[in-house]
Amino acid sequence: MQQGKQVKQLDRVIIRFAGDSGDGMQLTGDRFTQESAVFGNDLVTLPNFPAEIRAPQGTLPGVSSFQVHFADHDILTAGDAPDVLVAMNPAALRANLGDLPKGATIIVDTHDFTARNLAKAGYDANPLDALGDAAPGAPGGLSEFAVHPVDLTGMTVEAVKEFGLSRKDAARAKNMFALGLLSWLYGRPTESTIAFLEKRFAKVADIRDANIAAFKAGWNFGETTETFAVQYEVKPAPMAPGTYRNITGNLALAYGLIAGGVQSGLPVFLGSYPITPASDILHELSKHKSFGVTTFQAEDEIAGVGAAIGASFAGALGVTTTSGPGIALKSEAIGLAVMTELPLLVVDVQRGGPSTGLPTKTEQADLLQAMFGRNGEAPVPIVAPQSPGDCFDAALEAARIAVTYRTPVMLLSDGYLANGSEPWRIPELADLPTIDPAFATELNHRPETGDSGDDAEFWPYLRDEETLARPWAVPGTPGLEHRIGGLEKADGHGNISYDPANHDLMVRTRQAKVDRIAESLPPLVVDDPSGEARVLVIGWGSTYGPIGAGVRRVRKAGYHVAQVHLRHLNPFPKDLGDILARYDKVLVPEMNLGQLSMLLRARYLVDAIGYNQVRGLPLKAVEVAEAIGELVSQAEGIQVDLSTESTPSTEKAL
Amino acid sequence: MTTDLNFPGLRSGVELVPATDQPQTGKDFTSDQEVRWCPGCGDYAVLKAVQGFLPDLGLRRENIVFVSGIGCSSRFPYYLDTYGMHSIHGRAPSIATGIATAREDLSVWVVTGDGDALSIGGNHLIHALRRNVNMTILLFNNRIYGLTKGQYSPTSETGKITKSTPMGSLDHPFNPVSLALGAEGSFVARTIDSDRKHLTSVLSAAAAHRGTSFVEIYQNCPIFNDGAFDAIKNNDTKADAIIPLVQGEPIRFGVEGAKGLVRDTEGGGVKIVEVGTGPGQVAEDALLVHDARNPDPSTAFAISRLTDSGYLNQSPIGIFRQVDRPTYDDQARGQVAEAREAAPGDRSERLAALIGGGDTWTII
Repeated sequence: MQQGKQVKQLDRVIIRFAGDSGDGMQLTGDRFTQESAVFGNDLVTLPNFPAEIRAPQGTLPGVSSFQVHFADHDILTAGDAPDVLVAMNPAALRANLGDLPKGATIIVDTHDFTARNLAKAGYDANPLDALGDAAPGAPGGLSEFAVHPVDLTGMTVEAVKEFGLSRKDAARAKNMFALGLLSWLYGRPTESTIAFLEKRFAKVADIRDANIAAFKAGWNFGETTETFAVQYEVKPAPMAPGTYRNITGNLALAYGLIAGGVQSGLPVFLGSYPITPASDILHELSKHKSFGVTTFQAEDEIAGVGAAIGASFAGALGVTTTSGPGIALKSEAIGLAVMTELPLLVVDVQRGGPSTGLPTKTEQADLLQAMFGRNGEAPVPIVAPQSPGDCFDAALEAARIAVTYRTPVMLLSDGYLANGSEPWRIPELADLPTIDPAFATELNHRPETGDSGDDAEFWPYLRDEETLARPWAVPGTPGLEHRIGGLEKADGHGNISYDPANHDLMVRTRQAKVDRIAESLPPLVVDDPSGEARVLVIGWGSTYGPIGAGVRRVRKAGYHVAQVHLRHLNPFPKDLGDILARYDKVLVPEMNLGQLSMLLRARYLVDAIGYNQVRGLPLKAVEVAEAIGELVSQAEGIQVDLSTESTPSTEKAL
Repeated sequence: MTTDLNFPGLRSGVELVPATDQPQTGKDFTSDQEVRWCPGCGDYAVLKAVQGFLPDLGLRRENIVFVSGIGCSSRFPYYLDTYGMHSIHGRAPSIATGIATAREDLSVWVVTGDGDALSIGGNHLIHALRRNVNMTILLFNNRIYGLTKGQYSPTSETGKITKSTPMGSLDHPFNPVSLALGAEGSFVARTIDSDRKHLTSVLSAAAAHRGTSFVEIYQNCPIFNDGAFDAIKNNDTKADAIIPLVQGEPIRFGVEGAKGLVRDTEGGGVKIVEVGTGPGQVAEDALLVHDARNPDPSTAFAISRLTDSGYLNQSPIGIFRQVDRPTYDDQARGQVAEAREAAPGDRSERLAALIGGGDTWTII
């Protein structure tokens, strides 16, 4: 098929599709990702879109993009800088140009480069006109890049002529033309996209046929045009044996919640109020009622968690899903779940804050809210996934803790994990943990004075000695009628108590119960291959990828660094203190102003040094590497030069 | 006052709740906790009435759940030997929604007050009513904040002098029955703490109703708002103050039934007239006949407006509205059941198929 065209091998490529919010860039990126996944590359994606559903057309705020990084080896991030930018209009070009390294390839749809659209994007003159003669380094100039101006829209309209669509509808297939072209350029398999289009537009034959025709036309254009002299090949990545699929964090998290129900034998009850970027979990779970999942779209965030607590009291696995602003509203109810000691999953898909903040952008600045954001001493276990696929395991782990210890559990995902995707090795069901709800069915207390069975009582706050969990007796269980609530309970029998000593005991007991969870956690995995590292990098949540990639860069340049990543933020694993003490310097990269750093410093008196960015975007591996290098330099008293790894990936890639 | 509340033919609110074959008494529903309301509080009377009435339901005790919010009345669950949750301020309807939706075999009750239900929890109340979740909401209306020691409430009359309103309150009060009707309540009633018989009969009808039953209970706070319902409770005035609503009967009240209701053809609502054959009087057969089953809530709403939201010299008492409407929880469970029927088989196997779906590839 690539007759007359040269094929170049690459180890990895980062492509960013960018266009107007209405141009279908998310779909285009998602399809390219699926093709790459099926092809067998390792990959990581980064969708980036405005909060506005349809921002004014052609403007900079209206630009939506989707970045996919695919490789012939194991990769950890969506990439710091795109090798290839596909820009569907002037605004998309302008908005993304600053992220491109020198030499990057730009494929640009010339069709929308009209005076009006150029003005909307803030261009005085058409930057494409100046190709070749702009002074190198001129602001907004394109001379440093390999630019391919192509009339994608015009060719699309021509390609779908036979289907008799309006010009507007015909032009809308331009994203599929672009996808076809990129699919050719990187030798992607096309079957899954054609099958997808057939299914998606099954009911509108002309639209379906036009999209497929545009997709094929894009491929054929690549094959025949002189514009692209080279086709690239990124071979499949070696991966552990197993069956894989590409999965986003929100989908994996929803599956994990369903699995939590299956593995515990409990019906799942989700009480939720729509909020970006968590709503897709509600959408997904609402499709799976056949698993005994009930989804309740509540009137507000508080009602969502309230109904979930009610359902838990009634014997279901109560779940509520939200983002940071929703957690703020649910705080009092989460405190009620702490006090009543009922299982409850609270999912916070974090986004940029404070207040409404950056609804569609990522951040991990809710850690301290999850940890402390309630009145009184109200400890809540915290679990955080580290990658999109890991959201499945993290949800199951959160369910295990909630049910076993009768406690609300915070599951801290974020916008990057939620919408980003990666290949996920589908787990065997036999490998999943089982969760025992261990409902109470018997009276559990006999007064010391009497020995006759008639005196036996049910004490709702009599605890399991190992876990300190209280019995979970659900309505309908005869003889175990009891009342719980937000007022302080007397130890054991659970009646209201204002006794000072009892309150002190109960506060300490609730804390001790959460601390006790650490007994059930596996030892941390410290990645320190040489054993000679004096710097430890520690992170949590979605920064796993950039931190891991940064660590690799440092090691490739010949330096030592250790890495550990936390899944459990409360309680901390038992061996964390010893691990921290083993290293001279501890670096904590976070997408906040130092929240884990603060917790580590407070708990372990360790001089944790933060590397902090709050730009609504994932950390950049190259910048994390520099921060590590700086500490290695200090710890070992040496000059650190990471330049062996500073070669722009584009020169290697394209 | 005797009231006939006979509404045959509707699906019962407790038909899926297991019945007991053991005889029960009020004592069976009395917990070992000491009741700690102020002496003379109207809550005692309601508690006694509920404890006395629950055995009549004939349900298994373990299948009854009382949920409350915050406020004096919200201590209620502690005193009943059923399952119960004393939750947080205003949120009891949402917690009860979760319980009622998760379990069809429970009789779910919400105990709340005018501050809890109409102020901090107003949103949950109207949405519970709109959804028609199968639960009974008892709103104890004493028209004052008691637990926080005497601030005006959303049902206090305008101009009320309280600790927080030394120059008089400015807020216009809610009429809880009008609010519930406006929120599409399928069962809306009002009763009085001191009329045990009427209270019990309304509770029976409320429990029997499938859907959200809303019962406003006028309840006296002897400490912070004593006498708020004097006109209705005083033997000298109550005949003129209480407008009893009896299904299928002409709406008539006053000493010797001297007053009645007719449609106000000019204003569009209802109006009070003198009953009789004299000049300006209206014959009994021309009076409005009460029909709580009317699908159109307009008349019920018009009747609810006869409550003077100021000093409460006059108020209709009884069941304003009771209509059959699908309940949220029945339908939610129905969807789950339907989905399960459509996807038979082992949950684990189906989970494996679900997570293993989509575009997959295998590496050997």
